[in-house]
Amino acid sequence: MEKRVTFRGWMLPLLLIAPQVLISAVFFFYPAGQAIWQSLFIPDPFGLSARFVGLGNFEFLLGDKFYRAAFLTTAVFSILVTVCSMVPALFLAVLADRLIKGSGVYRTMLIWPYAVAPAVAGVLWLFMFNTRVGVISWYLGQLGYDWNHVLNGGEAMGLVVVASAWGRISYNFLFFFAALQSVPRSVIEAAAIDGAHFWRRFFTIVLPLITPTAFFLLVVNVVYAFFETFGVIHTITAGGPQQSTTILVYKVFADGFVGQDLGSSSAQSVILLFVVGLLTVIQFKYIEKRVHY
Amino acid sequence: MAQQSGMVEKRGAGLWLTHAFMILGVLVIFFPIWLAFVASTVTQPEIVQPPMPLWPGDQFIENYTAALFSGVNVPVATMLFNSLVMAVGIAVGKIIISLLSAFAIVYFRFPFRSTFFWMIFLTLMLPVEVRIVPTFEVVAGFGMLNSYSGLIFPLIASATATFLFRQFFLTIPDELAEAARVDGARPMRFFIDIVVPMSRTNIAALFVILFIYGWNQYLWPLLITTDPEMNTIVMGIKQMFPSGDDVAEWPVIMATSILAMIPPVIVVVSMQRLFVRGLVDSEK
Repeated sequence: MEKRVTFRGWMLPLLLIAPQVLISAVFFFYPAGQAIWQSLFIPDPFGLSARFVGLGNFEFLLGDKFYRAAFLTTAVFSILVTVCSMVPALFLAVLADRLIKGSGVYRTMLIWPYAVAPAVAGVLWLFMFNTRVGVISWYLGQLGYDWNHVLNGGEAMGLVVVASAWGRISYNFLFFFAALQSVPRSVIEAAAIDGAHFWRRFFTIVLPLITPTAFFLLVVNVVYAFFETFGVIHTITAGGPQQSTTILVYKVFADGFVGQDLGSSSAQSVILLFVVGLLTVIQFKYIEKRVHY
Repeated sequence: MAQQSGMVEKRGAGLWLTHAFMILGVLVIFFPIWLAFVASTVTQPEIVQPPMPLWPGDQFIENYTAALFSGVNVPVATMLFNSLVMAVGIAVGKIIISLLSAFAIVYFRFPFRSTFFWMIFLTLMLPVEVRIVPTFEVVAGFGMLNSYSGLIFPLIASATATFLFRQFFLTIPDELAEAARVDGARPMRFFIDIVVPMSRTNIAALFVILFIYGWNQYLWPLLITTDPEMNTIVMGIKQMFPSGDDVAEWPVIMATSILAMIPPVIVVVSMQRLFVRGLVDSEK
């Protein structure tokens, strides 16, 4: 789409676009280029010189069992976060959609967690499940279950998943609710007259109509789980125990800043760039479809 | 929101059941926040002797005063101020540079226009998290560690905002630009008198989203603010936990957590309509 009416001159537009282009160049393209460049080298331990190794860093990573484990962890983590944030959100949205009055009040209250930063959400959930003072871990103890996410990898994963999914329920709820409200009432009423009960109507009419929204949320939530949950993991488990909650983004940080292994960290950044690229393409492919729909 | 057809909505027992489930859902989702609030109003011994109470105590003023004015490493008031500067800086900065670049792309034909357009588009695909080490080096090279500019500038370039404004500008009737041109108005006059005022709803909606984005940043401030005086509140909470075997000062930490979520919650709840609109727009 283009404007028919435009202004003349080329100095002014270049001046107008300059701030954004400059900032993108300095803080996006140069660092991304650096990441690609550094991924081809192994720096010596003192950081004085670097040895060119070609794709050596990548070969090493793909053969590294810790890196492959991080891939698997990321996959499990993203799937769980997506499911745990979408299913309750859809359930609540369906309930809210059935109400004539009061859905606005519930919506206002359900929005809250969205505003809570992932890192703060991490602290809140850590507090509830803290092995010494946590309320929920204490009650679990009373029931005879010994909760210890500091030692138990499965429990650690469960905790970071729930803490990450929590804030996303608000977000997903808003989108599902909007989608449900836009399903034409006449279609649902027609089905009701034909005798279809609620769940039948839901699965045969409503769900297919909100599939575009669901698919959109699926992609967005996977992107969230990949890239925006760093705060949750850093505050609750710091990737442990035994790397059982080290997702890819956390490993870039741990290897680059804590381990000072710049070559490997850069190579990991480059791999993540491809992952982001892929996810973005999927997202846009889908959005294109939705526009033509 | 709800329509008045009423035929397929629940009535009677079903209606109450729906309300009951809804309330249960809200309670479960609210519980972590409630517990943090309770913890911020009781004494340390009440927390370290589990189970802690589930109803607020009487230490509200003491704990919040302790957090705001002494904190653990640095007073929380300082961190709140830093977060405010960062969040407003990112939101306002992004909106300004995006308005300008979208205006240039939509209303002018100039050399390398599509090159720049694609360049901006590509930044969509590069979250800070995947290029942290080199970006950190750039910021360190400029001597911007422990500074507001270091907190703000690397997060300011946003393809999303530029696209949003571009979409909107394309819907502004051509007649307006034509009239402005006939009247001899220069492009910047047209921009300031017509385009910006017409975009004010989009600007406000975007501000809500970007403010929360900026406020909730964690990894970036964690890397570049080594000086506690420059910590933002969201990353500062983690720094309040002691290393080693010392017991954390839970009431103060929880008061800080509550303080950290108040500004974004106020923004979201009070500007709910704009917020929902901003969300939907910025994801399109």
